[in-house]
Amino acid sequence: MTTRPRPKVAFFDFTSCEGCQLTVVDLLQDHPELLDAVEIVEFREAMSEKLPLDERYVIAFVEGSCTRQSDEARLKSIRERADLLIALGACADLGGVNAIRNPFPLQEVREYVYGEKADWYETYPARPISAVVKVDAAIPGCPIDRDEFARAVTHLLQGRMPNLPDYPLCIECKSRGTVCMYQRGQACLGPVTRAGCGAVCPAYGYGCEGCRGFVPSPNLESMREVMREAGVSDEEIESRLRIFLTYQMMELEGATS
Amino acid sequence: MSRVHVDVHHLTRVEGHGNIVVDVRNGVLEKCELQVVETPRFFEPMVRGRTYKEIPHIVSRICGICSVGHSTASLRAIETALGVELSEQTILLRRLNMHGEMLDSHVLHAYMLIAPDLLGVQSVVPLAKSQPEVVLRALRMKKLAGEICRVISGRHTHPIAMTVGGFTHTPSERDLLYLRKLLLDARADVEATVDLFASLELPAFERETEYIASHKDDEYCYIDGVIASSEGHTWPAKAYRSVTNEYLVPHSTAKRARNLRDSYMVGALARFNVNFEQLHPVAKAAAAKLGMKPPVVNPYMITVAQVVEIVHCVEDAIELVDELLLRGVKWEEPVEPPHQSGQGVGVCDVPRGILFHDYTIEDGIMTAANCIIPTGQNLQNTELDMRALVPKIVDRPQPEITLALEMLVRAYDPCISCSTHLLDVEFKE
Repeated sequence: MTTRPRPKVAFFDFTSCEGCQLTVVDLLQDHPELLDAVEIVEFREAMSEKLPLDERYVIAFVEGSCTRQSDEARLKSIRERADLLIALGACADLGGVNAIRNPFPLQEVREYVYGEKADWYETYPARPISAVVKVDAAIPGCPIDRDEFARAVTHLLQGRMPNLPDYPLCIECKSRGTVCMYQRGQACLGPVTRAGCGAVCPAYGYGCEGCRGFVPSPNLESMREVMREAGVSDEEIESRLRIFLTYQMMELEGATS
Repeated sequence: MSRVHVDVHHLTRVEGHGNIVVDVRNGVLEKCELQVVETPRFFEPMVRGRTYKEIPHIVSRICGICSVGHSTASLRAIETALGVELSEQTILLRRLNMHGEMLDSHVLHAYMLIAPDLLGVQSVVPLAKSQPEVVLRALRMKKLAGEICRVISGRHTHPIAMTVGGFTHTPSERDLLYLRKLLLDARADVEATVDLFASLELPAFERETEYIASHKDDEYCYIDGVIASSEGHTWPAKAYRSVTNEYLVPHSTAKRARNLRDSYMVGALARFNVNFEQLHPVAKAAAAKLGMKPPVVNPYMITVAQVVEIVHCVEDAIELVDELLLRGVKWEEPVEPPHQSGQGVGVCDVPRGILFHDYTIEDGIMTAANCIIPTGQNLQNTELDMRALVPKIVDRPQPEITLALEMLVRAYDPCISCSTHLLDVEFKE
């Protein structure tokens, strides 16, 4: 019996908590068959093996934001060796929480952490990897949803792009019968956030923080109005929009260069 | 001229990016560094100017492995600053959640990151072929850990339901009975884990150091407690800066720490040495089977101390679930803080060791934050271990030296992406 060569898949990380890669490890509890479908050739967090330099990755998953000039070369070389480059999770997809510091003056942020040694530590405003290289698709979320990841890999192996919902989170709250956060007077970004996580945060009593990014054409003004009516303060609304979505909000305001 | 040069760029099977560089010329150790090259994350300046309510979810993102630990330390800092008194139920649920994370992290480290070295393979992938029962057992135990966290706080990586003053969601009786069954079923896997590590030979290397862990007299402590040292001293949590004495070195984005000696160790082995008396009796019996009696001064034994803690966490989790079932879990509104300004230190002993979050809040808004992470506290101790180890093994073939050093660093279970979020203390040259 001959075995077909399995597609070579690799995982890389930039500035992140590596929680999405851990979610991939956790996924193997329920989907051990994935290891038969692909050959994982690099995964520094979990493996010592490395792919020879002249070989290509069929899929490269990249977790994390790009936060310093010197990381761009590594990211670009991964892009050159990969047939498909997929952003894994909110840091890579959106900039995510790493971009919270972008509105602060860069030097001041460095000095707050490293004092007079600030110049030892290179950094620049955090950005999604799509600001540096072409990204073929994203698996959103903080962390990624493990079932969505499994579906996305299946699609990619079949030569299709992952099929992300283009409707807002509210649909998922309705279908699982979660009481609307606005009825409880709490901030929630559900109306403008891409569904696909099963609205897990509202189900556990906490309003959506927008980690999966905006739906196409989000109506922010209308959402703000509904939240104000529910008794949420303007400060809280604007702050909530700047946890995972700081980079996008700065883009909307024309503040990113 | 003889030269031994070890240069491990981006050490694998650790969380985050670190390099090992060792240079020995004519028998003289010229360079011996554990370099942390992870990108800086800047969490402390980031959280300033925000309402404290958002902070536990944001700082959870410091680390995907110890997100429950960071969330809990953050909550304890806020609650201490604002004078919140927690209910018994909240305390029990938080302890149970922390046990879930401890199990998850220790199983990941012992089985997936360390066992490949001891069983002579490069990673868990070939291990899955050669000894599938070992890998399947690890995955079952990780699933148990993940389920504990999911039931209590919504998910393991980045918990949802833990909030200032309590929880935004409480588990049902059915949920708890489900956990109880999983925990009881896991006892066989836990026993097999003890047997496996009792049969494996770890490198023999000893270097005495100072061990630091959080401590309570009546509980093997993971949340709150005083700071205790193996040198016989204790300090209140708010005096943490006088214990950690942070300083910077140029080859690392992570700060370092020292207390009564040139360096100190935190984590499972430090807890084992400091808090042995408080371990669950079944865990003490497992320690005896594993040949461990405090003080254990071989850093490679950190992993074995984690195995002892796996036993402790499963047994203690069963008791916590039983207590919750007996009391009956009911919905409780999170406790409203009695005031909106203050300063507070939260202390947790997370999988890799003692963790401090120190916040200042004014009128509900964060004005200052300082986090001191376990891996940062361990870095100097790791490097001093490397310095003591290299002369003992310098005559061996180069790949063996490299492997011994990699295994030493891996034993500490470094969480490098955490350790770069350190902050503003004065600098010692």
